[in-house]
Amino acid sequence: MTWWGRRSRRREQERDLEKELRFHIEQRVADFIRLGLGEEEARRKVRQEFGGMDQVKEDCRDARGTRWLDSIWKDLRFGARQLRLNPGFTAVAVASLALGIGANTAIFELVNAVRLRALPVADADQLAYIDFPSGSMRSGVITTRSGRFTYAQWEQLQSSAEPFSGLIAWSATRFNLASGGEARYAEGLYVNGTFFRVLGISPLIGRTFTAADDEPGCESPGVVISHAFWQSELGGDPNVTARTLTLDRRTLPIIGVTPTGFFGVEVGHQYEVAVPICADKFFAGDEQGRAASRRSWWISVMGRLKPDWPVSRADGYIKAQAPLIMEATLPPSYRPDQVKRYLANKLEITRGSTGVSDLRREYQDPLMLLLSITGVVLLIACANLANLLLARASVREREIAVRQAIGASRTRVITQLLVESLLLSFVGTILGALLARVLSRSLVAFLATENDRLFVGLSIDWRVLGFTSLVGMLACVLFGLLPALRATRVSPASAMRAGGRGLTAGRERFTAQRALMVAQVALSLVLLTGALVFTGSLRNLLRVDTGFRADGLVMMDVTWQDGQLARERSFARADNLLEQVRELPGVASAAEVGWTPMSGAEWSEMVWPDGVNAEHQPSYFNRVGAGYFMTMGTPLLAGREFDARDTAAATKVAIVNDAFVKRFLGERSNPIGRLFRFEGRAGQADPVFQVVGVVRNTKYLTLREQFPPIAFLPVRQDENPRGGPTLVVRSALPQDEVIRAVKSLMSSHNPDARLGFQVISRQIERSLMRDRLMANLAGAFGLLAALLATLGLYGVIAYIVARRRNEIGVRIALGADRRRVVWLVLRESALLLSIGLGLGVALTIYAARTVETLVYGLKPADPVVLSSAMGLLAVVAMAASYVPARSASRLDPMQALRQE
Amino acid sequence: MTFPKSDLPQGTLDLLILKTVALGPVHGYAIAQRLQQISRDVVQVPGGSLYPALHRLENRKLLAAEWRQTETGREAKFYRLTRSGRAHLQTGSASWQRLSEAVGLILGMAEGGPR
Repeated sequence: MTWWGRRSRRREQERDLEKELRFHIEQRVADFIRLGLGEEEARRKVRQEFGGMDQVKEDCRDARGTRWLDSIWKDLRFGARQLRLNPGFTAVAVASLALGIGANTAIFELVNAVRLRALPVADADQLAYIDFPSGSMRSGVITTRSGRFTYAQWEQLQSSAEPFSGLIAWSATRFNLASGGEARYAEGLYVNGTFFRVLGISPLIGRTFTAADDEPGCESPGVVISHAFWQSELGGDPNVTARTLTLDRRTLPIIGVTPTGFFGVEVGHQYEVAVPICADKFFAGDEQGRAASRRSWWISVMGRLKPDWPVSRADGYIKAQAPLIMEATLPPSYRPDQVKRYLANKLEITRGSTGVSDLRREYQDPLMLLLSITGVVLLIACANLANLLLARASVREREIAVRQAIGASRTRVITQLLVESLLLSFVGTILGALLARVLSRSLVAFLATENDRLFVGLSIDWRVLGFTSLVGMLACVLFGLLPALRATRVSPASAMRAGGRGLTAGRERFTAQRALMVAQVALSLVLLTGALVFTGSLRNLLRVDTGFRADGLVMMDVTWQDGQLARERSFARADNLLEQVRELPGVASAAEVGWTPMSGAEWSEMVWPDGVNAEHQPSYFNRVGAGYFMTMGTPLLAGREFDARDTAAATKVAIVNDAFVKRFLGERSNPIGRLFRFEGRAGQADPVFQVVGVVRNTKYLTLREQFPPIAFLPVRQDENPRGGPTLVVRSALPQDEVIRAVKSLMSSHNPDARLGFQVISRQIERSLMRDRLMANLAGAFGLLAALLATLGLYGVIAYIVARRRNEIGVRIALGADRRRVVWLVLRESALLLSIGLGLGVALTIYAARTVETLVYGLKPADPVVLSSAMGLLAVVAMAASYVPARSASRLDPMQALRQE
Repeated sequence: MTFPKSDLPQGTLDLLILKTVALGPVHGYAIAQRLQQISRDVVQVPGGSLYPALHRLENRKLLAAEWRQTETGREAKFYRLTRSGRAHLQTGSASWQRLSEAVGLILGMAEGGPR
């Protein structure tokens, strides 16, 4: 029988025990009566002989081994009653635990989803990821976030895949679902034919792709859709395979739906529609597709390892294959030095069970940092609770002494006190777990943007459950054990003697509380400094000079949908559109641009001044139209902007920024009119450009970068213009109005064109998402920590003052100055505070080293920041202890002494 | 002379109970009576020792119990030996026998040398 079964039969057993013992007694009494004793006499004799009925019963229960269970049950009920009797204490304790545990669990849920959890596919631990080591030579065009290989390399990988039972390849993309007007995007994937089969994903409806679907140059590809997309876009239609889907204005038959829970292989993104890799040509505007170019990097590759191929062996294999693969896939346009570096490229294979993730790369460090921050917050909360319990334990001193005096063992009393803490932490953990669900979801929502929809599977699994219960239990022991040990250490006799007399029970008790206090101050200084550092870093980033005025700028991206236009027609159409946009009411200026700064796109070339045998160094490039710098608010330092003169037939010209001048042209001579070149493709001449203008420095990729050298070339001298212009529009009107005006303009002139809009200031803000997250969360947790520590300090000082009432009363009665009394108390907290701050500074300097890469514009242990955190904490803490100090000084000595 | 529980060597009470029960199903009071009779009043087990011992043995599955009528028609809890109880009794009494012989030899020698 299990102990639980035994327990459920407890009542029956109690009855039986009673009956059995009574039978014994009755028999004995009967025997004595038979021997001639009177009934009264007989009973007395039996009682004497048998001993205490209850003691015997207790021994019998002990013998059965159920007693510990009974006592735990009693402790639980007693503990619950105690907590109900002190609703204030219980509420504070449960709330601070719930906050601490909730914050920890929420961050851990994210860490788990982003970093720890395996992909939701069959035998994820067999998956391995093939990639170039960082620093490899991969020059060319990278068109997607997951572009690791060229198509030629993917073909080669397939023919040297001995360690794998199957390979998968994919490339992330977006497909426009709208047939005209403003674009509405679906998250798309190009996948190879065996993608779903190798991952072990069988279709919910219809079929997934087979190798036959991915023949090069496929004419009529089908589309596989995700469960979520099927539900949201197609209403869960069971006959979905009879329907078609419009992607980028092409109609594709739907061939199948994947089961719920499968989101692809990139953690942080959820695929919605998948088409075969061969369909890239079908969607490409140039009738060629990226498969034809050996300079186009757009494919990622994973494989399922055969059972006898561990990752290390497969890695050795692919390293040996790498030279052959490079040889076979060499881009013809590379220059000799590029060829040499390309051929030296290596490949590596790593564990792929958790998939790949740009989200992981970006948020791994911040999340781990946040996890430690929330851990420290929980520690502070535990220290606070321990302090509360210590104070409470001394109130319950008499009760505990009585228990020990009448025979309760120390273990028994400690168990009972711990059960109380267990109850607290249990309730706190449950509430914390609920809180975490809300918190983690809002964190994900915070990180998602309209262009980069974020998908993080936040389901509860054994890791999260284990983590939460571990944290809860740990918290319970942390805040429960010390007070319980302390409370039972006083000898019962002295506690009884002192009880109610309001004597200080020795300085020792305060030592524990002082130590806890010092620890709290030290830890909260670390977090408060962190809060100031991260908010300061964000403030620095927001104040960074971008080199242009972002307010009032809107970017619009136009794609003509009627196929490849001749260059001249395309330019004419763009000019026409630009003219109309400029005439819209409220529009101050508008200009064409290749792409806006910090949009993520980049183009760099190796540059040198013409006619000089100088080192070739990288510079960024962009294409801009007439009036671009005026629109952006970037001052022209010398020369002119582009204008109608700069046509395709005219001299190739460029406007460069200050940093470009400094690096390539030298500051001494006038840069206007100078010539520079960049490295052309192999077999072609290096193109030459004449500088016609110099502008102020602007940021190119990120706010964090130093101003890089940038050369701007005229859009009208672009030999391969894209399928539509990108415009920046400056207006004093609200941005939504500008967007609405442009939309209606387009719908009357060119209803088929695809449009995309971007508010530049929002785009920049989004690039600061990680910093904003850190600033908000580190800020909130830092404040919470400081608040908890202040409350703790107040509590301890108030408690010490209360325990020293008599002493203070005597002092006042003997003529102590009231100010001296205030000082007496404040000295106490000042001492604790300064020890805590000292320790905190050491801790902060130690911890600061881990966050250097996340902080912009200041040192993590910046002395100014550190001292302002110390000052802040000191002021708040002293204010908090002034309250009990003042009430101590107002003590009426007569009253204090009379209570004695 | 009486032997309260504490004076009986460790484990002896269990052995005595098992032996008594081995003769046939019997209730707690009868066990105490029989022990007293057979030992000619030397072993008197108070209820405070007997019942915890009985419950411990039952818990260890050396004894099984059921409620039955006594000859006088009252309900009582009757104990009987289980298979493992019998095995325990055999090994227990064998080792007790050995021990008591050994103790007897040693004590006899101390009395005044071999007789």
